[in-house]
Amino acid sequence: MSERIAYSTKARHEGPKSLASIAWARICRNPLGLFSLGVVGFFLITILASASGLIAQDWDTQYAVSFAPPGLMGAQQEAIPDEVISGTIPPHSGMLDPIEMYGLKDPLQPVLDQLKDQQLQDASLRAQLPILARSPTLFLGADKWGRSVALKVIKGAETSVLVGMASALLATLIGTLLGAFAGYLGSWVDAFIEWLYGVFTAIPYLLLVFAIAAVLQQKGVFTIILILGLTGWTGVYRLIRAEYLKHKVREYVQAAQAIGASDARRMFVHILPNVSHVILVQLSQQVVNFIKAEVILSFLGFGVPVDVVSWGSILNETPNELILGYGWQLMTCGLAMAILVTAFALFTDALRDALDPRMKS
Amino acid sequence: MAAYFFQRLLQMIPTLFGVILLVFLLFNWVGGDPAYVLAGKFSNPEDIANIRRQLGLDQPLYIQFGIFLRQVLTFDYGLSWSTQEPVSHIFLTRLGPSIALLLPMLILETFIGIAIALAVAYVRDSWIDRTLTLTTTAAMSISLLIYIIVGQYFFAFVLGWFPVQGWANHGQSWLRYAVLPILLGLAVSLAPAIRLYRTFILEEMGQDYVRTARAKGLSETRVMLVHVLRNASIPIITNVLSSLPGLLIGAFLLERFFSIPGIGREVIMAVERSDFPVIKAITVSVATATMVFNLLADCAYQWVDPRVKLS
Repeated sequence: MSERIAYSTKARHEGPKSLASIAWARICRNPLGLFSLGVVGFFLITILASASGLIAQDWDTQYAVSFAPPGLMGAQQEAIPDEVISGTIPPHSGMLDPIEMYGLKDPLQPVLDQLKDQQLQDASLRAQLPILARSPTLFLGADKWGRSVALKVIKGAETSVLVGMASALLATLIGTLLGAFAGYLGSWVDAFIEWLYGVFTAIPYLLLVFAIAAVLQQKGVFTIILILGLTGWTGVYRLIRAEYLKHKVREYVQAAQAIGASDARRMFVHILPNVSHVILVQLSQQVVNFIKAEVILSFLGFGVPVDVVSWGSILNETPNELILGYGWQLMTCGLAMAILVTAFALFTDALRDALDPRMKS
Repeated sequence: MAAYFFQRLLQMIPTLFGVILLVFLLFNWVGGDPAYVLAGKFSNPEDIANIRRQLGLDQPLYIQFGIFLRQVLTFDYGLSWSTQEPVSHIFLTRLGPSIALLLPMLILETFIGIAIALAVAYVRDSWIDRTLTLTTTAAMSISLLIYIIVGQYFFAFVLGWFPVQGWANHGQSWLRYAVLPILLGLAVSLAPAIRLYRTFILEEMGQDYVRTARAKGLSETRVMLVHVLRNASIPIITNVLSSLPGLLIGAFLLERFFSIPGIGREVIMAVERSDFPVIKAITVSVATATMVFNLLADCAYQWVDPRVKLS
């Protein structure tokens, strides 16, 4: 209560405070919220740096011997002999590819050609450089091909988190629009969208995702974003529809109607800012859910294509590594994921507390 | 009650129709021509035309929809594209192992979850409660995949306490194979269950009847175990009932890692092999089961709590 008095006297001098600045002040007073925001921020900066090519661009360079252990553990007792790369595989030798004999067009031909060109370029580059000695140990270890686990996990984080955020944005956008239309317009629009909601929630979420993945056939980052976004809108829709039902009969909306504001203006200029806190919290929560969903999809091989690394495709390699006794990739990836997911969940809680207008303290 | 039941049953029809329409549009319209998938990489136009005629794909869309509708109503989805096994037979034979895995898991989860939630709700805001909240948050942050990968590696491969994978349908060998997947499933599902049940129980503990029960001198045990638990069990029961069909799919990772021939694993394999009839059959069946179980949950809700008004 004292805060409210302080707020109103202050407001007289400085004009009204925005919801954002109040929420920010509240988050600042919550040490756990601030800390989790810091962790999420650290991840986001790392991901931005990786996406812009500042770091982890060389994630698929083979820096170390196969399964080089983390630096702290010391070199392997019986290091796997490292074949020195001498020369390169001869370029396309004019022999007919087996598939061409059937008079068919190989769908992978453009990709293969591109790879061959790249290989030739790499070979000419490599000839100028001294051969990189493969290191016996590596910070956080190496995978089967001697690639750095640390860089791979950063690159994987980039894919997983960007997919999570993009699909959360898409799902929240769809959910908000449908919820606004259903809640505000009512009548047959509401009945139709409610029917759609009933249909989408009758099918278990992952089953629907699998079915769409089976139909679409082509893998790609954009495809997963589309799949997750088009199926994940139901939770947001439910909440936004309830908010619009509540708000459309309030005085301020009636006042807007009285001064001649159109339906669209009332929906998106008058009501939307007043429900934006719900949207923001849902968005934050959806990011975590979609990161988890992407990891599972990519783990199963229905997610990202083979030349893209994500946390799911990294985890896919780990069961076999464990049996061979190499656990560092699983540990690094699992830890990075657990830290991000926990921090994001704690941040969502802090955001919810900070944005909830009913919260007093 | 009966009137409500039939009314809800009638309301299910448009939703079920929507599910069928969605699945149909997805597979027959969005997905393009499945004849190319079926014919394989080396096919000629005659083969493709032949397959299209067999599947009815040369008919207009509304006739194809009629064919699919008849398949759903007669539960005869034809043959699997990859194994030539009748789809309904696949579904029915895979249902058993899934239930044999999920039912014990669900029962254990409910009882252990209620016991722990009751205990921590009783000592709420103490250090035990706070420690448990922190533990469950940490437990929920770790990916399901990591529990299964590490659990299978450590308990089955390193310690050798359980078989690494496999399945048996009855008796002792069932127990031998089922214990580890059930335990790992519990490790994943217990944390969210405890948190949910704790809020249900705390909500009841703040009610007036609890104060009345204490005021008339009942022991704390009786208040908690009889008064609070009976009331808190209403949302818990409905929650468990309505989560059952979703679990059929939710356990797919366990089924995949431990080679359990259940529904979830069948879906994954069908997606891998583009076996559309199997995916269609499982999607429509599980969606129907979800609707039926939601209805049962609502009816159970009303049956145990007469205050609930059904509309």
